[in-house]
Amino acid sequence: MANGLAARIELRELTKSYGEVVAVDRISLAVERGELLPVVGASGSGKTTTLKMINRLVEPSSGSVSIDGHDTRELEAPALRRRIGYVFQRIGLFPHLTAGENVAVTPELLGWPRERIAARVDELLELVELEPGRYRDRAPRELSGGEQQRVALARALAAEPEVLLLDEPFGSLDPLTRDRLQLAFRRIHGELGLTSVFVTHDMVEAMLLGDRIAVVDGGRLLQVGTAGELLRAPANGVVAELMATPKRQAEAVERAEREGAGGR
Amino acid sequence: MREQLALLPEYLTAHLQLTLVALAAGVAISVPVGVWAARRPRAERWVLGFAGVAQTIPGLALLAVMVPLLASLGGLSQSLFGLPLRSIGFLPAILALTVYSLLPILRNTVTGLAGVDPALVEAARAVGMTPRQQLRRVELPLAMPVIVAGLRTATVWVVGTATLSTPVGAPSLGNFIFSGLQTRNFAAVLVGCVAAAALALGLDFLIRKLELGFAERRRAAVAGAGAVLAALFFYAAATFAADLVRGASAGRVRIGCKTFTEQYVLAEIVAGQVARRAGTPAEVVSSLGSTVAFDALVAGEIDVYVDYSGTIWATLMKRTDLGVGRREVLEEVGRFLAERHGVELVGPLGFENAYALAMRRDRARELAVETISDLARVAGQLEMGGDFEIFSRAEWSSLVSAYGLRFRARRSMDPSLMYPAVANGQVDVISAFSSDGRIAALDLVLLEDDRRVIPPYDAILLAGGRLAGERPRVFAALAELVGSIDQERIQLLNLAVDRDGRSPAEVARAFLAHAGDG
Repeated sequence: MANGLAARIELRELTKSYGEVVAVDRISLAVERGELLPVVGASGSGKTTTLKMINRLVEPSSGSVSIDGHDTRELEAPALRRRIGYVFQRIGLFPHLTAGENVAVTPELLGWPRERIAARVDELLELVELEPGRYRDRAPRELSGGEQQRVALARALAAEPEVLLLDEPFGSLDPLTRDRLQLAFRRIHGELGLTSVFVTHDMVEAMLLGDRIAVVDGGRLLQVGTAGELLRAPANGVVAELMATPKRQAEAVERAEREGAGGR
Repeated sequence: MREQLALLPEYLTAHLQLTLVALAAGVAISVPVGVWAARRPRAERWVLGFAGVAQTIPGLALLAVMVPLLASLGGLSQSLFGLPLRSIGFLPAILALTVYSLLPILRNTVTGLAGVDPALVEAARAVGMTPRQQLRRVELPLAMPVIVAGLRTATVWVVGTATLSTPVGAPSLGNFIFSGLQTRNFAAVLVGCVAAAALALGLDFLIRKLELGFAERRRAAVAGAGAVLAALFFYAAATFAADLVRGASAGRVRIGCKTFTEQYVLAEIVAGQVARRAGTPAEVVSSLGSTVAFDALVAGEIDVYVDYSGTIWATLMKRTDLGVGRREVLEEVGRFLAERHGVELVGPLGFENAYALAMRRDRARELAVETISDLARVAGQLEMGGDFEIFSRAEWSSLVSAYGLRFRARRSMDPSLMYPAVANGQVDVISAFSSDGRIAALDLVLLEDDRRVIPPYDAILLAGGRLAGERPRVFAALAELVGSIDQERIQLLNLAVDRDGRSPAEVARAFLAHAGDG
């Protein structure tokens, strides 16, 4: 049930340098309405910095970002960020607030009426599969890692954003929890019709969730395309090697299975 | 003991007022400054450096320095806004205690804010908080346990230091300690110490609850401890305000009192006399520093106190001429006080309390010392003990230059310890007071001032200009005391406190009852 809110994001020649060091080097990229775009790269490739420039957690050195044709510099940074959901790898729930209060933060900043906020909190806790009656008044430290990340996702979605940014959101979770949360996230993304940019170093996750995949290395955008395109025609060796990792892993799994069967 | 406990509610309330008002001011200054400095490394170094230096000033000195500071600021504010500042009493005490409370709160505010997880600050930015909202909704709440821990440290310091505000004219639990030490009333000292310790522990307990409540994020604990503290604060602030109003309207006669036995007894006598003969309630403002008392009289903070002609002569008039007679000094002092300070000299009480040098009788005989000139010959082998003031007073420099006095060693000590020290030979000579009953009791001799360097020290009753003009009945009651206490009588009164351990109030009552019969 796409609600038609989705927006198109466009990065133009986006650059960030710290003194001599260029962390992000002239990245140009368009994320289409309703798209879920994984950005893949090694640690230090510049993928997180790129993500943070979209909601101006990091101010670009040069270049621009526009959402639905509006330059992000048209708004004050806090006002911009209230319209863009953000999920951290390290979760980042406020420990002095309950789960419900964490979800309510951005609507409160926007000055929503009390009843609307309460209804929205419950609606979102249900959306991320946490029963509101049980979880609303719990402190973050009383929740498991998976539950905390669900609350963080609910918080990012609370103010009905058109754009969602996620920075390795499942990276710190155990494999089973990660699996369940990825499925939940894909469902939510479709239901709400969001445009999402999703940073990960996990190629399998990128292939599972993404329509297209962007590959970043050394601050540069190497290639954007569907998984099939990247496999068939990698732009260079780095892309080829990255795309090969899921297959190598799968082969290792198969080998282990065969040896296990033979041993019996 | 019962008499001391009866004073406890008054002094405890006053102590609570000082402590809580100073701490509230300390928080109101330190937290905003800490927040401001936490983001500016250079400012942080300066601010913490300043607070650290303020902290190293001894509490008593910090309190004492506020009096002349406020007096000079008071002149400025009088001429600019027509508003005089009170230079003794609560104001200097609260200022000094506030300065004292700054460092721990400031340091912990900076540390607490620096300790907030940067990931949470980034999360606060990411959800759309402005810098102010980040501070108020995330950083301050997370730093709160550390800030409150700083408040706890400040509280314990301030409760302790507040006992030192007695000499600047702010009553506190220190009144028990100061007067108790001077009049050898150890029950009073004990009451003061135990009450101060209990107050420190009680406040510490409450603030600890607050700190734990913040740390464990238990709102009920925070609200509970906060409510008790707030109630105490409002009680302190309300009684403080009520005191100000009552002090202004009730027209009590305020009697000043310096920090030695005779002064406690005389102040009680004056208070009793005013109440008995003029029917006006009177209260004793006790344990004032020596010059604080005079400043307070001039400023109208107290109405009456007893000083000594020679002290005014040497310290205020800076006179060093030798051999001036008792009557001449009195006359000149009276004129000086009226003309220069608008203070009325009611009259001499009838005895002298002169600075004098005293030795044990056997020791003096052994060294063949009868006069200060004799003493000067042998002073090089002797040790001299003096009270806190003597070595910095004009009389001492006159003695030294007139006689060429040069001792092997000099020690300053509390007057109540000086007498035992000379009696058991730890020092050879002391600066005694001629009205002190212990001179006779310990068989000391006073050395003759053969060059008449030390001026006469008639005990004189001084009244503020306003009292003399506006309250003739009180003034008349005071005038009845002129000439009513001779040298022998004052020694007996002092001895009743110093040796027999009776309270100044009790001794004063007996004196007035006797005077009433006669």
